[in-house]
Amino acid sequence: MSETVKFGKSSVFFDTFERRPGPIRKNMHYCPGCGHGILHKLIAEAIEHFGIQKDTVLIAPVGCAVFAYYYFNCGSISVAHGRAPAVGTGVSRANPESFVISYQGDGDLGAIGFNEFIQAANRGEKMTVFFVNNANYGMTGGQMAPTTLPGQKTMTSPYGRNTATDGFPLKVCELANALEAPVYIERVALTTTPRIRDARKAVFKAVENLRDRRGFSLVEVLSPCPVNLKMSAQEINAFIEERMEKYFPLGCFRDRSAETFPAPVPPPPVRDPEKVKELLFPRKLNIGVPKTFRNESKIFNYERRIKIGGFGGQGILSLGIMLANMAKLRNFNVTWMPSYGPEQRGGSASCSIILSHSKIPSPLIDRDCNLLIAMTQTALEKYIHELKPNGVLLYDSSTMKRPDVTPDKKVLGIDALDIATNRVGNHKCANSVILGALSVILIDHYLEGEDKLDFDRAFEEAIIDGFSSKPEVIKQNLYAFYEGKKVALERDKSKTAQA
Amino acid sequence: MSRKYRIVIAHEECKGCRRCIPACPKNLIAVGGELNKQGYFSVHAEHPEDCIGCGSCYLQCPEPGAITIYQTEE
Ligand SMILES: Cc1ncc(C[n+]2csc(CCOP(=O)(O)OP(=O)(O)O)c2C)c(N)n1
Ligand code: SF4
Ligand code: SF4
Ligand code: SF4
Ligand SMILES: [Mg+2]
Repeated sequence: MSETVKFGKSSVFFDTFERRPGPIRKNMHYCPGCGHGILHKLIAEAIEHFGIQKDTVLIAPVGCAVFAYYYFNCGSISVAHGRAPAVGTGVSRANPESFVISYQGDGDLGAIGFNEFIQAANRGEKMTVFFVNNANYGMTGGQMAPTTLPGQKTMTSPYGRNTATDGFPLKVCELANALEAPVYIERVALTTTPRIRDARKAVFKAVENLRDRRGFSLVEVLSPCPVNLKMSAQEINAFIEERMEKYFPLGCFRDRSAETFPAPVPPPPVRDPEKVKELLFPRKLNIGVPKTFRNESKIFNYERRIKIGGFGGQGILSLGIMLANMAKLRNFNVTWMPSYGPEQRGGSASCSIILSHSKIPSPLIDRDCNLLIAMTQTALEKYIHELKPNGVLLYDSSTMKRPDVTPDKKVLGIDALDIATNRVGNHKCANSVILGALSVILIDHYLEGEDKLDFDRAFEEAIIDGFSSKPEVIKQNLYAFYEGKKVALERDKSKTAQA
Repeated sequence: MSRKYRIVIAHEECKGCRRCIPACPKNLIAVGGELNKQGYFSVHAEHPEDCIGCGSCYLQCPEPGAITIYQTEE
């Protein structure tokens, strides 16, 4: 004679619910007669049956079931309201060997999280969604949910749901069934025993699909919430069968499990923390300066304002980013504010960069600019009035003629586009050529002491920092910078010789 | 060889929701008169050895460990 357990607590549940606060560690926190408990048991049984406990990740967002992790002895994540399919997408893509279950209420999936749900379904993410339709927001005390029936009274529909103002119950299975990707969609109910047996079959099917990685499965579960609906166990069963099922007919909407070829498991992603670090931060270079470092030149005692203008595609915005990055690496506060037309190429583009050791009140520049870099004639004409007396103007002399400006301004033209195209071999590097020329002006006229040596170093660091994953880009830009510098130096020398 | 079944209801784990009562084809389950530590009147089985092992009560019960059905082969 041997006695075995025919029906009993699944081994996928913790024996004692240690994660549950308070003295009660054997029961769930749900109200008496709640459908969540019935469904939890079916899911636990299915996980156990298909042997996927070790790699299952059950995601329960806000709602009465947010504490599902007290009970299931598998991977668990509690997430923000409605976000389970989005988080589940991340989990199943980053950990392709995991089995993702998204467990959501009707307020959660049907209202705040409907977009996440329908997009994940449309992408055919490899997950199974259990959708608990209890016709109300349970956790918060019984407010109207998208699935609340017409005429049904709730806290927030005290006269009954009025379809004229509140719309109609949201038919989630029917909506999902309009999509191409889902593999399996079924609606079940947790009422009489035959219905629960059907629900069990559907839960098993959906978990089997999960194990076989067939794609997106959805099981909608009409579920008793006797407490908020103020009904006994019998009354709530009748409510579901006689009223809810009219709106939400039970049955299988789609089963393509047999025709869906199981997806192969992709190779596991890199997990070793050292390797991840290397992928994210491949450079071993020592970039930046100690927190206390301050440039010593007097010009940095004040806010410095730089405007760059040209047309889209000239690298105007990235020139600004390079400068901003240089300032950031030298402990400045810095703002970078782009302005460009809707077109990706062509059209006008400009950006404002402000660096300062104090607070920067506004990132916009429309006057009192210290440095103007003009890459086109139009930009020059548009922004020259913003340049301060004694300001510096740097322009691309290969695209425009020497501008006529008041003699207080320091002006330098450099054939940036020409040099980038013909010497560097990439017209996109014109912006680095400009920075090379800027280096010459600043070192000759504005920078003091160690700062004279630091400018080029800061440029190198900014380029390496910005393009760490593209060594070829770094090489070309460094080359362009020093070519610009060479040409500007020669011009400076010939000017001194002439004088 | 014959099979026998037996239902055991854990007094402390039952919340007295009564979902199991009408589910039993043999009418074995009834409301008890005792409050448990959680404050619920738990149910109990009247003739637990008359159980036919159909599992209906177990499927209806929302609590993981309140109902266990044992099977004996002899
Ligand atoms: C972002 C956000 N909005 C609102 C809430 C409040 N809130 C908590 S539970 C809940 C309703 C959950 O209802 P449902 O998804 O139907 O789950 P049930 O409790 O009915 O199972 C709401 C609105 C919240 N926690 N977070
Ligand atoms: S409020 Fe409703 S859904 Fe929430 S635990 Fe209670 S019965 Fe269950
Ligand atoms: S298993 Fe079936 S016969 Fe046995 S107590 Fe439960 S419902 Fe009744
Ligand atoms: S269904 Fe479970 S919790 Fe509810 S009365 Fe029966 S044994 Fe108790
Ligand atoms: Mg709900």
